[in-house]
Amino acid sequence: MKITLEHLTKKFGSTIAVNDLSITMESGKMIALLGPSGCGKTTILNMLSGILPATSGKIWFDDQDVTSLPPEKRNIGLVFQNYALYPHMTVLENICFPLEIKKVPKKQRIARARELAELVRISEYLDRKPAELSGGQQQRVAIARALAKEPQLLLLDEPLSNLDAKLRVEMREEILRIQRASNITTIFVTHDQEEASSIADDVILLKLGVLQQQGAARTLYDEPVNFFAADFLGAPPINKLRGTVENGAFVFEGSNVSLTLPLRREVSNGTKAILALRAESVVVPADGASLTARVMNRYSINKDELSVLEICGQQFRGFISGDYPLSIGEEICFSLKKRGVFLFVEETGERLA
Amino acid sequence: MKNLKKSCIYLLLTIGAFIMVFPFIWMILSSLKTAAEVNSIPPTFFPSSPTMENYTYALEKAPFLIYFRNSVIVTIACVICTQFTTILAAFAFSRLKFPGRDLMFSLLLSMMMIPFEMLIITNYQTIVGWNLVDNLAALIIPFTSSVFYTYILRNFFLSIPDSLYYSARVDGASNWKYLWRVMVPMAKPALVTIGLLNAITCWNSFLWTVLVTNKTENRTLPFGLYAFMTSSGIRYERLMAAATIVVIPMIILFICFRKEIVTGVSRGGLKG
Repeated sequence: MKITLEHLTKKFGSTIAVNDLSITMESGKMIALLGPSGCGKTTILNMLSGILPATSGKIWFDDQDVTSLPPEKRNIGLVFQNYALYPHMTVLENICFPLEIKKVPKKQRIARARELAELVRISEYLDRKPAELSGGQQQRVAIARALAKEPQLLLLDEPLSNLDAKLRVEMREEILRIQRASNITTIFVTHDQEEASSIADDVILLKLGVLQQQGAARTLYDEPVNFFAADFLGAPPINKLRGTVENGAFVFEGSNVSLTLPLRREVSNGTKAILALRAESVVVPADGASLTARVMNRYSINKDELSVLEICGQQFRGFISGDYPLSIGEEICFSLKKRGVFLFVEETGERLA
Repeated sequence: MKNLKKSCIYLLLTIGAFIMVFPFIWMILSSLKTAAEVNSIPPTFFPSSPTMENYTYALEKAPFLIYFRNSVIVTIACVICTQFTTILAAFAFSRLKFPGRDLMFSLLLSMMMIPFEMLIITNYQTIVGWNLVDNLAALIIPFTSSVFYTYILRNFFLSIPDSLYYSARVDGASNWKYLWRVMVPMAKPALVTIGLLNAITCWNSFLWTVLVTNKTENRTLPFGLYAFMTSSGIRYERLMAAATIVVIPMIILFICFRKEIVTGVSRGGLKG
């Protein structure tokens, strides 16, 4: 099912949680609503499910306007952050509950519940109460229950935040597998860029209720439209070097070292700017035009060697092959790749290059 | 040190329990004594020759079977009606949103400050107006709702997370379905507790019963006990036997539901 938000706005008193949001989400895709806390992502999810009424704007499911439909008429599945399983019912009863409400005959609903239990791999726990299950299993039950009535849309609110790190990786692949197997348009909310990047087909990045960028995670990473997007995605976080634009080139703060980048538009001299570099865009040994930096520190994260370098008094990090001999305090030459190097106006976050 | 503290706690609890239980033990032991033994000085603790005579007397002399039947009818009717109205009111005051909800609830709560004895006058007038004096219905109708139990249950309902409600709504359940399929089963311990308290109150209700009933066939057990006290002097051994008969059903009820009261809700479907 295709979902279209049209100038969607939600206000709580005088705070604007979601501000004039217009997005289209394609059918059958895994979509992530990504952003820091307070960006309005859960509010959007609640408006999609019908729990919260929109202040203004419209929500379309395919070509049906659902803006004023109550939750029970939207045919959606919803998995809460805390799973919201009914504690007094067994796993089987939990999964059957939406079907019981729909008055599906008992035999059919049990058959359907068994099928779903198979899909989410909890068949052996059908007679247990939620309290007797682990977090990951509870979540599977919640997903099975959400899928029971064959919804057109599956909504997941921070699905992995209550799981430990190892289970999180396992469950996100599991969620992707279930989504692929059921082929239901799935929207999940997350504040974890890695989670969004790893499984979403389409990432919607939000900040303070305003859409920043929508696209594949790779696109957001490689071509961020503004400073916020560049900064939010990626681990380790993107390097930020301060300076000004002089005669179409970036000049590092407090120096006359400059770097020429193809600017998208003319800016007046002296405009404060931020040079953002991905750690993997630093090339040592230098290839072509080079800059000089001092090696401050060096440590390894698993297979990667991350070096802390300093240029014109500002530190940044770069991945440098462990085979390349470097000693701390040494001056080295480095160059930059085309990819992963951006220039933003400091004040507005607008991308210049 | 830890053991000493524990023993102290147990000692205190044992003393407390003994103080609580002693009157009941004394009641039962006295009911098994003869008239001479009850009045003997110094008093004996255990009956020297236990007799069931007092029980047969109580059941035969006072129309205990009729009283018993009435008590059961009144108690069951009151408890069922109160549970029903309490559940609905608690749901409305905790979950539904309507204008004036909180004001209305405060007004109801303020009613708890009015003593029952004051309400008796207006209740009596109503019952007279409805022509229900000396009718079992008069023992039931004024007790079909309770502000206090509504208050308790409402607070319990408020402690059930919103996400369960929304989840049920998204699953397609109406408010009504959600109430009976999710909230009520989850509130079982609270419901059992208020049901039991209510049953005990109804079972022991005396003042109102005496006021609105005249005929034997409409009176309840507590009045039966009263009957033992009015005739020339008090025969304690018979009164104790009758009191035992009155108390036993409530004790059985309590023992049956003890586990429900003690156990909290098993909160398992929620994380975080």
